[in-house]
Amino acid sequence: MTSETRSSGCGSDIRQLTVRGLCHDIAGKRVLENIDLSLQSQGVTAIMGANGAGKSILIRILHGLLRPSGGTVSWGGRAMTRDMLRSQAFVPQSPVLLRRSVAANLKFALTLRRRRDISTRLDALLALADLADKADQPARTLSGGEQQRLALARALATDPKVLFLDEVTASLDPANTLAIETVIRRVSDDGTRVLLVSHDLGQGKRVADDVVFLHRGRLAEHSPAKTFFSQPVSAEARGYCEGRIVL
Amino acid sequence: MQDFADAFRLAFALLVQLDPNLVEIVALSLQVTLSAVALACAIGFPAGAALAAAKFPGRGAVIVILNTMMSLPPVVIGLLVYMLVSNAGPLGFMQLLYTPGAMIMAQTILVTPLVAALGRQVLADFHDEYDETFRSMAVPWRKQVAALLWDARYSLLTVALAGFGRAVAEVGAVIIVGGNIAHVTRVMTTAIALETSRGDLALALALGIVLLVVAVTINAAVMVLRASAQRLAYV
Repeated sequence: MTSETRSSGCGSDIRQLTVRGLCHDIAGKRVLENIDLSLQSQGVTAIMGANGAGKSILIRILHGLLRPSGGTVSWGGRAMTRDMLRSQAFVPQSPVLLRRSVAANLKFALTLRRRRDISTRLDALLALADLADKADQPARTLSGGEQQRLALARALATDPKVLFLDEVTASLDPANTLAIETVIRRVSDDGTRVLLVSHDLGQGKRVADDVVFLHRGRLAEHSPAKTFFSQPVSAEARGYCEGRIVL
Repeated sequence: MQDFADAFRLAFALLVQLDPNLVEIVALSLQVTLSAVALACAIGFPAGAALAAAKFPGRGAVIVILNTMMSLPPVVIGLLVYMLVSNAGPLGFMQLLYTPGAMIMAQTILVTPLVAALGRQVLADFHDEYDETFRSMAVPWRKQVAALLWDARYSLLTVALAGFGRAVAEVGAVIIVGGNIAHVTRVMTTAIALETSRGDLALALALGIVLLVVAVTINAAVMVLRASAQRLAYV
């Protein structure tokens, strides 16, 4: 079974997520098991868990990049459509930048939505990514942090209502991490729903409003960030928050 | 050995003096081949990009056919074009037989499968890399093709070069549809074949040297372009 339309009474806000009985198999191995999840239309949700917990697969299924083996995913009560995909954006851990300049990468995304104010928006996005002085530089010659900031700005060029971030700061230094977290908070405050996969407990505390904790492909816990970090309910989440190695 | 040395001496003399006959043949060769390669790239690269980006039933079979067409013998293509453009053929009204136009047509048919098939392979690698980004950004199919062609432009230069190599060295198709008519359709390869059979080794050798120099020059230019693109991380 794949994503299907489900009349769930969730309203029509396409930033509101409902997941029911989600399962996914890879090469005959179950990597996500019976996940039920509901997310409100506002805020930043951190999806956390150990390596192999299924975080990246989950985020790709939610964004429609992978078809689940079973269960349903609906946004605003409706299954993912191409129009809905156009209102979402995704930044992976290793962004794939086009073999063009910084500005051309942003223009590519801006022209996808047939914007008329491309020049103004381009300047704003370059400023947001702090790359105005590198607009004409080939994107792939940027440092890792700069590439990630550019990828984030390119994602925001499409004015997404939902933004997926998969370990976007995993290999970045504190300054670049702070720059990206500042943007995350800002776009969230502006109404974009953010789903952030992260290993970083500190990042979860700094930016997340709620935490989805996965353990071995199962949803171990979903709670407000303050509760999760101060009083985790599941043994796995407790161990994870205390810095113990959770297998 | 004396004949051999004389042939070389005469060949270099023709080159140094820019012999009008030699220049005319070289110019026509480049005109025909570059036109054919440009047309083949204009058809083959978008076709290759479409095949790289699109998923449709029978795609595998199309790729197999395309790859097979790379090894079509030039004389078979020459024969096909001859039948098309001869007076009794469907394109006979165009009066193309024994003109550079027919030669361009034959070389275009010869080179298009090559640049399409090799281009598809290059573009498929690019598409594999870009696929998730394209799907995530809901990039329309035509825009994907355009983006692939633009971003792979330096890699495609090498493919175009392979097409140029196949076209410029080809003799079978152009001799059938061009007829090797002096001052009209005589190109380097057909002239080399003719002059060798007539025993005029000097002109044949001079043309051979030009052919090699052209190939080396174009290869070197492409290498320099790719190296500069590599420095900019565009490859």
